[in-house]
Amino acid sequence: MFGKLTLDAVPWDQPIIMGTGVVVALGGLFILGLITYFGKWKYLWTEWLTSVDHKKIGVMYFILGIVMLLRGFADAIMMRAQQAMAANDAAGYLPPHHYDQIFTAHGTIMIFFVATPFILGLMNVVTPLQIGARDVAFPFVNSLGLWLSVMGAALVMISMWVGDFSATGWVAYPPLSELKFSPTPGVDYYIWSLELSGLGTTLAGVNFIVTILRMRAPGMKLMMMPVFTWTTLVTNVLIVAIFPVLTVTLALLGLDRTLGMHFFTNELGGNAMMYINLIWVWGHPEVYVLILPLFGAFSEIIPTFSGKPLFGYTSMVYATCSIGVLSFFVYLHHFFTMGSGADVNAFFGIMTTIISIPTGVKLFNWLFTMYRGRIRFHSATLWTIGFMITFAVGGMTGVLLAVPGADFVLHNSLFLVAHFHNVIIGGVVFGSFAGMSFWFPKVFGFTLNEFWGKVSFWCWLVGYWLAFTPLYILGFKGMARRMNHYDHADWQPYLLVALVGACFIGAGILSTLIQLAVSIRDRQKNRDLTGDPWDARSLEWSVASPAPFYNFAQVPQITSIEQHWEDKQTGRAGVMPATFEDIHMPKNTGAGFIMSVFGFLLCFSIVWHMWLFAAVGLLGMIGTFLARAYNRDIDYYVPASTVARTEAERHALLQKAA
Amino acid sequence: MTSKLWRRGRIGLLPLVASMALSGCARAHFELLEPAGDIGAQERTLILLSLGIMLCVVIPVIILTLVFAWRYRASNTRATYAPNWSHSNAIEVVVWSIPCVIVLFLAVLVWNTTHKLDPYRPLDSKVKPVRVEVVAMNWKWLFIYPDYGIATVNQLPIPTNTPINFKLTSDGIMNSFFIPQLGSQVYAMAGMQTQLHLIANKPGSYAGLSSAFSGPGFSDMHFQAVAMSPDKFAAWTRQARSAPAALDGPSLALLERPSIKVPPATYGRISPGLFEGVVDQFMSGRMSQTALMTATPPCTPNGHASRRVD
Repeated sequence: MFGKLTLDAVPWDQPIIMGTGVVVALGGLFILGLITYFGKWKYLWTEWLTSVDHKKIGVMYFILGIVMLLRGFADAIMMRAQQAMAANDAAGYLPPHHYDQIFTAHGTIMIFFVATPFILGLMNVVTPLQIGARDVAFPFVNSLGLWLSVMGAALVMISMWVGDFSATGWVAYPPLSELKFSPTPGVDYYIWSLELSGLGTTLAGVNFIVTILRMRAPGMKLMMMPVFTWTTLVTNVLIVAIFPVLTVTLALLGLDRTLGMHFFTNELGGNAMMYINLIWVWGHPEVYVLILPLFGAFSEIIPTFSGKPLFGYTSMVYATCSIGVLSFFVYLHHFFTMGSGADVNAFFGIMTTIISIPTGVKLFNWLFTMYRGRIRFHSATLWTIGFMITFAVGGMTGVLLAVPGADFVLHNSLFLVAHFHNVIIGGVVFGSFAGMSFWFPKVFGFTLNEFWGKVSFWCWLVGYWLAFTPLYILGFKGMARRMNHYDHADWQPYLLVALVGACFIGAGILSTLIQLAVSIRDRQKNRDLTGDPWDARSLEWSVASPAPFYNFAQVPQITSIEQHWEDKQTGRAGVMPATFEDIHMPKNTGAGFIMSVFGFLLCFSIVWHMWLFAAVGLLGMIGTFLARAYNRDIDYYVPASTVARTEAERHALLQKAA
Repeated sequence: MTSKLWRRGRIGLLPLVASMALSGCARAHFELLEPAGDIGAQERTLILLSLGIMLCVVIPVIILTLVFAWRYRASNTRATYAPNWSHSNAIEVVVWSIPCVIVLFLAVLVWNTTHKLDPYRPLDSKVKPVRVEVVAMNWKWLFIYPDYGIATVNQLPIPTNTPINFKLTSDGIMNSFFIPQLGSQVYAMAGMQTQLHLIANKPGSYAGLSSAFSGPGFSDMHFQAVAMSPDKFAAWTRQARSAPAALDGPSLALLERPSIKVPPATYGRISPGLFEGVVDQFMSGRMSQTALMTATPPCTPNGHASRRVD
């Protein structure tokens, strides 16, 4: 009944893991206790777990991202400590199997459960507000996608204490990831957690494409959409195109491992090269999935804090779209050294350099947005400037790696590790924090503490450069990635500096947590009464902060790319409508949460070959879905009188602010 | 059991390595910038050239970012403020052209160098190449010298100024064969054969490693490539042939068992077709191209190929 799962699956003899387990369990009990003590279970269920409000779902994605960032960072600092210690073939403190799990978990968590939730969180919060919609096209699917991602993350977390996690690197290349070489359930945890969260991401992709194409306010032609919405659209087209590839690829690997098939094995006609191609068909567009929404965020932040419209809007849109198309033609640069012919390598190398053209144009456009502006150095501005400088370097090293002749010696080295942290920290992380400080008041109604925001920025900036410049250098010293120990004594000083850098980044994360705590404490003082704390330009700033659950009392008529800015110029902003109508809204539903819990049971059971429980999980998912599909009671109308009352309160606040 | 084999097979390469280390070939500081062979030297030039071209744009962009941010700070009311300015055809042309020009230049560079540095391309040289067959194993490197009938583990003696033609495979997990100071790396994959052509122009001992993660023993999967003058190399091959250990089916099977930190070893005799046997070991029931081409039936640990010929 319990398949391969026995009490021996828990690593009782590992003090680091068990210690963490005790801390996490105590922390969890404490939180559960607090919820019970304050009697908040009902509130949690009705206001959050079952919510289909895109803003709340966005917030929950962000919470998931921050929680998993703590885990991913813990992995990072453990790796840095190990490499700083393990010189001259010293063993360090982490044996290879544990260390290998840590770097695999670090990569998997940071990409799937930190970066992806951050961008999905931003897209959720911002997109419907920017296009004048009251929610996304499929609110239930949105909630389902969130909870599938959460359950995927939970599966990764539980692997720490029940069994082990994959020790193959974050893309799980076979044959190493095949049963023959990785007989423990670690790789199965990897596969099934990504199947769950990947399904969630695919659903989000479908949802946002339909939302953007079908739910824009009247008058908003495609070429009048804010750039963030544009980048969201392109990102979600990419998601829908590539995540099914990931799902199928991992499913094939799962079939190899679970049912003894031979898609990617050495034996019986399997071919690992097929997996490597498929995983990067997903993997390379994925990095653009992560960075494009943040390009969009920067494109909103720079004009706002420069007091000018975005320079070259049309150029920006075309650059975004061409990045989206080109991103499918570069994936082979991840394995130039696999022995493809020179023509193939040269093609993919050149395509990769070409993709730097639209990216370069974007940088120039942001630059010229700042030109002749009046720049306010809000923390969001600092993140943006830090991004522009850091990302320029990361883009350059990326193009260098795209030159096959250079990649032949830089491939798989710490230079590569430094490069992708350069673009992911400098782009995705800086962008997510910039976006968080920018849009936070729109969701919560008060601004974030600026002092701790700036401390966080400087810690991250200094930390990034301290932690990864040594890795760039170590690439030139011939150090491969993923080494547990090494016999080159002259590498150690660099790795010590990198450890110091990682500590700075840790201080940055801590500052963000302090920033959140301090801001919540001072929420009355930092209350945003206007709904437009930054004197911003797009539609989301025309409604109250926090935005009412129905977003717009009246669907706006769009006449400008910068609708809110134009309204402010012409005196139409903040005018109370004369009449209100009933508003059609979706009802909350627990179906997404319940389906995901069954999904967790299904995937956990497959990992341990508990077929009875797997059947329960699968049937539970299908059953919940059918129940939901046949439920006709899924929407309601907010009476016009309620809307009128809410809007009257909002305008009273506006008067007070004025 | 394994260690006994090593002791029997080990041969006096250590003094040689030590003397080279002392004779001014100490470990380089920045391996990729101090190549010891022509391929590595070309790749260093390519890296520096590409970086140089790109820095021509990246440095101005970084400086402009800082200058604009400072000059147009809100408190500087003397700076021009153009609150509605958001388009300029002239600037658009410039910002699209600059990256295009650079990419055009890079594209030509990429096309030419990728063909010139293709790992599969035999090197232009009047000297007859030395063939080496590389097998990545858990977690050590086996080097077979088919021209000399010898094999080594975790040490790669090669003659200087002589092209080395590598054929690579793996007996299980994928690895990447890489000697940073000599240049390009290529994957070694099970059931497949890849190629790599390198040359060492300076005598010395160069660190070699697997750069593709391959499991728990990965960090110890390194070796020394020792480049020596052709005369010394010839002397070494003669000496190696007198090594007592032989590499045949049973000893290969022994070697294929997972092990780490395997000390360097030399085999004085080898059975023919070992490399092909490793490549073809997964091809049960069908004769592969390499097996058909070899005159002698390949001998593999499990004897599949031999049985097929029978």
